[in-house]
Amino acid sequence: MTDLLILGPVIGSMIVAATPLLYAALGELVVEKSGVLNLGVEGLMLTGAVCGFAAGYSSGSLVVGVVGGALAGALLGALFGLLVLFLMTNQVATGLALTLFGVGLSALIGQGYVGIPMSKAGVIRIPVLSDLPILGPALFAHDALVYLGLLAVPAVAWFLYRTRAGLVLRAVGENHAAAHALGYKVLRIRFLAILFGGAMSGIAGAYLSLMYTPMWAENMTAGRGWIALALVVFATWRPGRVLVGAWLFGGVTIMQLHVQGLGFAVPSQLLSMLPYLATVVVLVAISRDVTRIRLNAPASLGKIFHPDA
Amino acid sequence: MSLVRLEARGRASPAMVYLTPLLAVGLTLASGFVLFGLMGFDPLRALHAFFVQPVSSVRGIGELVVKATPLVLIAVGLAIGFRANVWNIGAEGQLTLGAVTGGGVALAFYGDGGWWLLPLMILAGIAGGMLWAAIPALLRTRFNASEILTSLMLTYVAVLLLQFLVHGVYRDPDGYSFPESRLFEDDALLPVIVSGTRIHLGALFALLAVAAGWVLIARTFIGFQIRVIGLTPAAAGYAGFNEKRIIWLTLLISGGLAGLAGLGEVAGPIGQITPTVSPGYGFTAIIVAFLGRLHPVGILLAALLMALSFIGGEAAQIAMGLPKAITGVFQGMLLFFLLACDVLIRYRVRFGRRRAAA
Amino acid sequence: MNRRTFGKTILGLTAAAVALSFGIGGFAGAVAAQDKLKVGFVYVGPVSDHGYSYQHDVGRRAVEEALGDKVTTTFVENVPEGADAERVIDQLAASGHGLIFTTSFGFMNPTLKVAKRYPNVKFEHATGYKRDANVATYSARFYEGRTIAGEIAGKMTKSNVIGYIASFPIPEVVGGINAFTIALRKVNPEAQVRVVWVNSWYDPPKEAEAAKALLDQSADVIVQHTDSPAPIQVAEQAGKWAVGQSSDMTRFGPKAHLTAIVDDWNGYYIDRVKAVLDGTWQPIDTWGGLKDKMLFMAPYNPAIPGDVVEMVEKTRVDIMEGRRHSFDGPVKDQSGKVVIAEGKHASDEEILKMDWFVEGVVGKLPK
Repeated sequence: MTDLLILGPVIGSMIVAATPLLYAALGELVVEKSGVLNLGVEGLMLTGAVCGFAAGYSSGSLVVGVVGGALAGALLGALFGLLVLFLMTNQVATGLALTLFGVGLSALIGQGYVGIPMSKAGVIRIPVLSDLPILGPALFAHDALVYLGLLAVPAVAWFLYRTRAGLVLRAVGENHAAAHALGYKVLRIRFLAILFGGAMSGIAGAYLSLMYTPMWAENMTAGRGWIALALVVFATWRPGRVLVGAWLFGGVTIMQLHVQGLGFAVPSQLLSMLPYLATVVVLVAISRDVTRIRLNAPASLGKIFHPDA
Repeated sequence: MSLVRLEARGRASPAMVYLTPLLAVGLTLASGFVLFGLMGFDPLRALHAFFVQPVSSVRGIGELVVKATPLVLIAVGLAIGFRANVWNIGAEGQLTLGAVTGGGVALAFYGDGGWWLLPLMILAGIAGGMLWAAIPALLRTRFNASEILTSLMLTYVAVLLLQFLVHGVYRDPDGYSFPESRLFEDDALLPVIVSGTRIHLGALFALLAVAAGWVLIARTFIGFQIRVIGLTPAAAGYAGFNEKRIIWLTLLISGGLAGLAGLGEVAGPIGQITPTVSPGYGFTAIIVAFLGRLHPVGILLAALLMALSFIGGEAAQIAMGLPKAITGVFQGMLLFFLLACDVLIRYRVRFGRRRAAA
Repeated sequence: MNRRTFGKTILGLTAAAVALSFGIGGFAGAVAAQDKLKVGFVYVGPVSDHGYSYQHDVGRRAVEEALGDKVTTTFVENVPEGADAERVIDQLAASGHGLIFTTSFGFMNPTLKVAKRYPNVKFEHATGYKRDANVATYSARFYEGRTIAGEIAGKMTKSNVIGYIASFPIPEVVGGINAFTIALRKVNPEAQVRVVWVNSWYDPPKEAEAAKALLDQSADVIVQHTDSPAPIQVAEQAGKWAVGQSSDMTRFGPKAHLTAIVDDWNGYYIDRVKAVLDGTWQPIDTWGGLKDKMLFMAPYNPAIPGDVVEMVEKTRVDIMEGRRHSFDGPVKDQSGKVVIAEGKHASDEEILKMDWFVEGVVGKLPK
């Protein structure tokens, strides 16, 4: 029985570990659905992390911190949008340059915030439910951003597939020339999508610097932006599958740490490969159906649009 | 309608192809001047340290070439794939595998090398990179799994594999259990081709790759197929081009070149296998490929410029204590300008309102 | 540099651009004439890591403070341990630095290569084992601090499970785990150590995840051989104990933070710079411990009972005065075989190449 009880905190850790990936990947999913590929998620997350920490620390309010992280991500996203939409730069290269830029910028901004601790957000224990064995610690004792992140999945799905605005956004990502001919403002819609994606990446970063490990450290995202990008591909652009992917990746990560702690005689480097291998294996298993992927992948992804063309 | 707008040119401006990089460099210098000034550093000294000092000695120019060598090798291969819409973003992992296999050969024959060892290592390095790229190729062609995800994930796996080996079988038996291999013997080292520098045989391979890449794309039927598939996949289908074959081919080429780059690092400037072989060349090379407009000669120039900005950042740190963070911001700006100025090749800037439709 | 008019600035920019396009030095950079000794430092991480590289930079600043009238210092941060290291070290040597500290193990062979080219420049490489006529080596006996931490942990644990977050399986880390475990089981034979490798020196979220996993496996003291304060925060949140690394991390978990093993390079760096200034510098190997003040313990948590503080303070003094060694025999390995005999202690060489676990560590060390 005690062995089973450990499942509660393990699942809880998995959900928390998946949260920053979830925010960043959902944001990027909306950007890609509008037809823009932004490879700068890592840079956006870092900028969100440092600005979120700075805002939270100076104001003493976590809410201000998270909003600050979102705004910073959106602002840097705006720079990306300006470049790829209005100056029509190559999206792949601009995104990578944005990462270089964001790594440097966040380190520069963060110089005054290194080595400062911050108090952590309180855990919201949902009454009665959080006292359940296993399920309580697994699902019902987290901070507010974890719950909001879980709510964001159906919200994004609802927006994309059940609202007119979502339909237009998908149309722009599918065939920008046709959407333009129908009178939709392709560039404006894409710009808004990029702002949303930037803000979500900013929140993902702020989650790390305010909640997960409440401090600022240079390069603290340590590659999580790249994982978020991979998750969008993994999910074949479906919000629900982003959640599955984030839990899979987070879950295998936490599990391999537990396996190590129990003292299994497998080299740690090989165990650390598991989250990456698991993602590949599951992707292979679910990619068999070609038509479904073609259906979900935005056809105009990465293509440059100019109203005159 | 805004007062400034971009109007499509009928055809790409040949003059702008060459003018825009100069314009971008000018803008970068001007904005670098402002950035360094704002951060409280003497802007002229900083720019001098960034762009002039690193290349004002033979040794400095040699370092530039050493740094650019892996970037050119990888980017030439990646560009061929990118032209065919094959998105290999795992060159870093293929580079690492090249170091693992090619360097592994050097260790396996430690103590009884000969003239044949280096060629064997080079072949093993290329094969290692190809093998690692073959996995995404197989998964894409057989199981339809996106090579973006698989190649990226395999990068992490490759780096961990390298860690595993240098903490285990590759470890120097006389090295106090530290995670490094033995130093390679002379038979296993790429010869230095310019004395007084670290420029090694790999630089020649990079130049060869540039030439071969150009010939392949511009002068062969395979290159033609690659370009057609990249531009209009549907037309390629009608023409009966085998898309799967192109996926395999482009991934194997880019993986092999990345593997060669990795072997070039361990058998060149590093001279042994260490836990970190590459400071992210595989990712930087993606930027280099696009900065060079996917053209081998453009890639050569772009790689030299990227290499200069890295080395210049170090020089500025040494000469005047410019923090590394500012270097990152400055590099980002440089890239933004270079990418943004390219818009002038296909568009011209018009002031004033759009006239009524002609 | 003098104030310049705008016109001159533009001229300067043009000159820079021209020089750039020809790839040669167009105009001379400002080279201040100076007779001061230039001392260079090469760091593997950012100075802001607040751990390993940060502590070296504290040492650099101490040199400036103490000898600022005779020396100037330079540092290069975030230097990758690959082909780039040799270039950075070479640039420091070429630009007139007379003494260069390379502060990470991976800089060993690059340092030796550059040292051959610059026989008049002195080099100091941290944590390595190769020396030359102008290359000295230095490191700290961090394991001595782990002995003290082990005794504290042994007295504070209730669950008798200690969680240990480790970076890479190198001798320094393995020896640290062993020194900790020996001391832990000396005061509490029931206790055991669970090790999780995170394969990184610095990854705050991953270190936090490892700490959580260990707490979930009923550990109530978290020890780390990684550089970020994230595990301290997790322990604080969970109401458990933690031991910090490299720098004093008390403020990240005032309740949880039992103590920390703090690196202190200040005295060593000042001594070595002075030696170069007096002409007495020798390419020696320095492996200093508590006695040499190359490491010290951060203030003990007030929650540690007085008798425990008394006990570990005695241990500390015994180590400093040579009455106690972290690897005093008998020490058994995991199979129960006595590896270090009673009445002996491990030699420096045995500690330097340690690649096996002592009894009490759960899990196998991959060979």
